[in-house]
Amino acid sequence: MAVTYNTAPAADEYNAAGELMTADGIPLKQALKKSQRRNMFAALGLVAPPFLFLVLLFIVPVLSLMVYSVDDRKVNTYLPKTFALYDQWDGKDLPNEPLYKAIYEDISSAPGLLMGQSSTRMNYAKSRWKSLIKKSNRKFKALKRKNFAGPYKEELIKIDKRWGDITFWQSLAIMKNNFTSGYFANAIDYKIDQEKGYVAQPEYRRIYQTLWWRTFEVAIIVTLCTLLLGYPVSHLLATLPLRYANVLMICVLMPFWTSLLVRIVAWMVMLQQNGVVNDTLVSAGILGDENRLAMMYNYTGTIIVMTQILLPFMILPIYSVMKGISPAYMKAAQNLGATPTLAFIKVYMPQTLPGIGAGAILVFIVSIGYYITPELVGGKDGQLIGNAIAGHLQQTLNWGLAAAMGVLLLIGVLVLYWVYDKIVGIDNMRMG
Amino acid sequence: MALPAYASTGQRAWHYFYLAFCGVVLFFLVAPLIAVIPLSFTSKAFLNFTKEMLYLDPEAFSLRWYRNLIGDCSDAVVTTVCSDKWKIGAWNSVLVAIAATLLATTLGTLAALGLSRPQMPGRKLFMAALISPLIVPLIITAAGMALFYPQVLNPTDPFTEGSSLHSSFTGLIFAHTILGLPFVVITVTSTLVGFDHSLTRAAASLGGGPVRNFFKIQFPIIAPGVISGALFAFVTSMDEIVVVLFIGGADQLTLPKQMWSGIRQEISPTILSAATILVIMSVVLLTTVELLRRRSERLRGLTPG
Repeated sequence: MAVTYNTAPAADEYNAAGELMTADGIPLKQALKKSQRRNMFAALGLVAPPFLFLVLLFIVPVLSLMVYSVDDRKVNTYLPKTFALYDQWDGKDLPNEPLYKAIYEDISSAPGLLMGQSSTRMNYAKSRWKSLIKKSNRKFKALKRKNFAGPYKEELIKIDKRWGDITFWQSLAIMKNNFTSGYFANAIDYKIDQEKGYVAQPEYRRIYQTLWWRTFEVAIIVTLCTLLLGYPVSHLLATLPLRYANVLMICVLMPFWTSLLVRIVAWMVMLQQNGVVNDTLVSAGILGDENRLAMMYNYTGTIIVMTQILLPFMILPIYSVMKGISPAYMKAAQNLGATPTLAFIKVYMPQTLPGIGAGAILVFIVSIGYYITPELVGGKDGQLIGNAIAGHLQQTLNWGLAAAMGVLLLIGVLVLYWVYDKIVGIDNMRMG
Repeated sequence: MALPAYASTGQRAWHYFYLAFCGVVLFFLVAPLIAVIPLSFTSKAFLNFTKEMLYLDPEAFSLRWYRNLIGDCSDAVVTTVCSDKWKIGAWNSVLVAIAATLLATTLGTLAALGLSRPQMPGRKLFMAALISPLIVPLIITAAGMALFYPQVLNPTDPFTEGSSLHSSFTGLIFAHTILGLPFVVITVTSTLVGFDHSLTRAAASLGGGPVRNFFKIQFPIIAPGVISGALFAFVTSMDEIVVVLFIGGADQLTLPKQMWSGIRQEISPTILSAATILVIMSVVLLTTVELLRRRSERLRGLTPG
């Protein structure tokens, strides 16, 4: 087959406007554009199914936490008539008959489930709301069966004198809005006061600030511990001949690949009162049998176990940076008269900083979101913010507060990841 | 790093201290896992080494906790609860992990193929979204799913009243797929970086359609990346505990969930025997991934390193 190569297009391959044409008679530019667009749609078509799957089943659920964290419609659906009249009340003296009538009608006609959920919410605004609603629900429904028709104010205060307490009526004001910042305030130990705005919780009720600080503190300590333990090991792995380094690498990767729960069980075997560490110390005579160390189910336990679990996350990035540093630099520095220590500090360490940064941010980010480890080995004083989120979601069922804490934590993590991306680049994330 | 012959005493001392320090850290990393293995063969119901075990007395060792694990309760003692829950849990875990792995691998490979095309618009944004399940703390993912999945209709069971993704195997598989997806996307995209696109162009000019080209030309070359991504997804699913605690019902008993309740309620050496099996499994998987990585580098003409 004879093939001819034209160095320049023939004259009839141009159109009237002087544009280059394809064999089909379409301007080349247009044909290229079309083919580019087709390729773009093909690429988008490939990404679309996984992306939509992810959006529906992951991104929307996580974003829905934001809705839960500010959503305050419950009480509005429970007391619609009351809130319709609420704005006409001056808020200074006890309300008049119509408002009492409205709240009587709302409570006496609402279903039980809604009553339970909203009274819980009302209790966050002012304590003893829940018991008042429960009692009223029972009494009002009994009255309704007898076709009670007033006078409402007198009767309600007779049923429970809290209906004559103006502070209960005033506390409804902050529940009227469909949105609330109350959960966020609560998540950092503040509450909303009708008059003073945001006020700090009394000292004895401040629990979450302690938890946030502890989470932060544990993350810092674990990051420092992993750096201290991981840096020399990374150096050893990077400088040892490959055959030895590969064997030692298994020691780093094996825990990385083992189930989290298995590692926690293993640490229980090691650290408990009759565990391997205590037994060894006692039989070696270092420790008396009666002063066995308490290393599990407390703060120490959380730190030790998290350090071991997260150590590979520190070693691997530092190792991969160190692997790329030529030994010639150290030799050159020493040739120029530096002592090995000086050469290490002045020449070697600065080159490992990207690895240190990557490892430290990674360990920090992973540890502030920890939940399983503190739950199992943390005891009382080793609990972190993740445990509070889980507790409110599963036990107290205060979903708004759990969501608000989750959103705060998520914002923190995303900011840190942004920093990580600036330093290392998410594309450079490596595994195994 | 060998010590030069002219090193001073101080340098020597420092060098040995450094080696010893590294030894201790590596020991710290593996010791707990190694301690579990012999202890899982104990004949007693306690989680500590007895004197007899240290003297290697054969009486002190037994396979009773392994029998317990597979639901053989012939020598279970009253103090420990023996049931076939471990067997059910292991079976559920394997099934969920296989389903989630298949789904994650398919979706992840599709995404990676799209992302690695030069015409892909907004690549950085899509990439960030696809690996975000790795970034968002698990507790937040689990909380979001726990609140949202009850409102999503279960596509495999659309006609039962109150059907939702919460407390269902479908929901669990979907959630595990989400968690495995980033691993597949990352490993496959990084294999595609070294892929020579003139191969597919050559195949296309020889008349192969896109599907045939993918399976005959592209897939065999990126297979190591796909398989190691799949292994990551599988291990993630097998090991996943947070999400299953939040969106799983009583029926969704997986192996980690059974270990969790074992640790919290009746801690017995049965957990150690399960742990031993999982440790051995992780070593096998680790070896497989390493071999695959080397093979992939050889195929792509990179030097093994």
